[in-house]
Amino acid sequence: MEQLFQQLTNGLAVGSIYALIALGYTMVYGVLKLINFAHSDLFTLGAYLGLTLLTSLTLADRIGPLWGTIVLVVMVMGLIALAGALLDRVAYRPLRESPRLSAVVSALGASIFLQNTIMLIYGARFRVYPEDILPKAVFHVLGVDVPVVRILVLFTSLAMMAALYFFIQKTRIGTAIRAAAIDQGAARLMGIDVNRVILIVFMVGPALGGAAGLMVGLYYGQINFTMGWGYGLKAFTAAILGGIGNIPGAMVGGLLLGVIEALGAAYLSFAWKDAIAFAVLILILIVRPTGLLGERVAEKV
Amino acid sequence: MNRKILIPCAIGAVLAVLPLVLNAYWVDVLNSVGIYAILALSLNLIVGHTGLFNLGHAAFYAVGAYTAAILNTHFHIPVLWLIPVSGLTAGLFALVVARPIIHLRGDYLCIVTIGVGEIVRIALINNVFGITGGANGIFGISRPSVFDLTLRTPNQFFYLIWVFVAVTVFLFHLLEYSRFGRAINYLREDEVAAEGSGVNTAHYKLAVFILGSAWAGMIGNIYAAKMTIISPESFTFWESVLMFVIVILGGSGSIVGVFLGAFLVVGLPEVFREFANARMLIFGAAMVGMMIFRTQGLIPARPRTYSAPDLEEGRETAV
Repeated sequence: MEQLFQQLTNGLAVGSIYALIALGYTMVYGVLKLINFAHSDLFTLGAYLGLTLLTSLTLADRIGPLWGTIVLVVMVMGLIALAGALLDRVAYRPLRESPRLSAVVSALGASIFLQNTIMLIYGARFRVYPEDILPKAVFHVLGVDVPVVRILVLFTSLAMMAALYFFIQKTRIGTAIRAAAIDQGAARLMGIDVNRVILIVFMVGPALGGAAGLMVGLYYGQINFTMGWGYGLKAFTAAILGGIGNIPGAMVGGLLLGVIEALGAAYLSFAWKDAIAFAVLILILIVRPTGLLGERVAEKV
Repeated sequence: MNRKILIPCAIGAVLAVLPLVLNAYWVDVLNSVGIYAILALSLNLIVGHTGLFNLGHAAFYAVGAYTAAILNTHFHIPVLWLIPVSGLTAGLFALVVARPIIHLRGDYLCIVTIGVGEIVRIALINNVFGITGGANGIFGISRPSVFDLTLRTPNQFFYLIWVFVAVTVFLFHLLEYSRFGRAINYLREDEVAAEGSGVNTAHYKLAVFILGSAWAGMIGNIYAAKMTIISPESFTFWESVLMFVIVILGGSGSIVGVFLGAFLVVGLPEVFREFANARMLIFGAAMVGMMIFRTQGLIPARPRTYSAPDLEEGRETAV
């Protein structure tokens, strides 16, 4: 029972990280029908930038751990948003009218480029986050010890998702994004600047991904330049699980995948943990290709 | 007609003397180019000709290589005799995997093939069925022999690999201009129209997926024979990406393009060895740049041309 509860909370925390990354994939896919393979490397970049800012600015010492962390999250999100906008401008915008395969290759190229840039700057070894940033406190819930970091990660992600949901559903820009996702041509005719919508999508998505990278650093304490690949693939799986292009779907899919993976690792086999996620993916696509919440039918190539 | 025979013969002659003038290192690079060219040609059937996104081709390559390695180390069957067996197991695996997913479109298929590739790699690392040797892989695969000659040097492998390349090109060229080739091109261009004209698209997609995978399995055998050691590290996602990039960069659907792609993608990083760490960075940037400035690939496939029937002659026979 205790193990079940531990795995559930752990799964929810990891799942909320998947969900944050998945949002970036699903938003870009919704508007551009493109798997942004470089998204996972922006996530990694977020983790590394977070580490750099953390060790160079020592915010926690100056304005306290709480505000320090908040400022850190905001800074990382801002920087990764800029990187996302730059990525779109350089690697994707010239390819708007090209065949889809070209855009996929460009995305893979951008991913290789970013990954190796990170490796050249930070080195190939694991980097360790300083341990004393977040309080080491432990919550007692139902007689079980839950680390405070886990709860912070879960609630921060949920708050970000709620904010995104509000942004997409209630604001003018959010409406424009939804319109562009449904029909770009019609959106353009209605006076929506689709290129600007895409630019915003490429800022908001990576910003969330960058925040997720920072959270992985804080949660696990160590980061590596190749870690984006595994997280990215699982986040994309989560996006498909929930129905790609569907924003609430990505959130549900992420949390669900995190829990499935944590329970699978605990009760089935730890060594096959990564394979479980992909097995779920294949099953979902065979049984219900539109995902759990998706109405959108798989697009024709 | 003459050109069609002369050019391949000339290229063959040049390739045949290359090992005599190059040192062992560059011959080995050419061996890699050959292996990747075959892999990319087999993937080209799936991606280039049929338009199915497949980013998990390394999985079938791995199945072929592991089949060869396991049967060779356990039962001491000469490794080259196992080429058809490797092809068969890879093909069967492709059948089992692709049957339920082949109807998926575009990116869905792409992400599932990535998933399959990862599952295979994890299975190999976890020593599935206790026969894949885990993360260390399998070593001690015996050297291949052709008649009584045991192949050891890069030069000997060069001829083995490039003969296989020649056979592949010949067969795939025939395939391209067959009924089968036309059918898969048709369903790439317009699936609904193809279905409407009586092309059984599901059947053709599955067939081409199995054929391409079986071919990758066979070259997996040659890879295992060449290396004598194989491990899951050789069959990662990036291996699949490399094959995919060769196809798209060279010009999807075009055999010549795929060769150019293989030379560039496998050969050029060797030329730029002195840049060591930065070469993958340059490689990534080059991929983006290439797609922006030459979207269709370096040597795109030429559209099919048919000579119109001679009207005068037609009339005469009609009368």
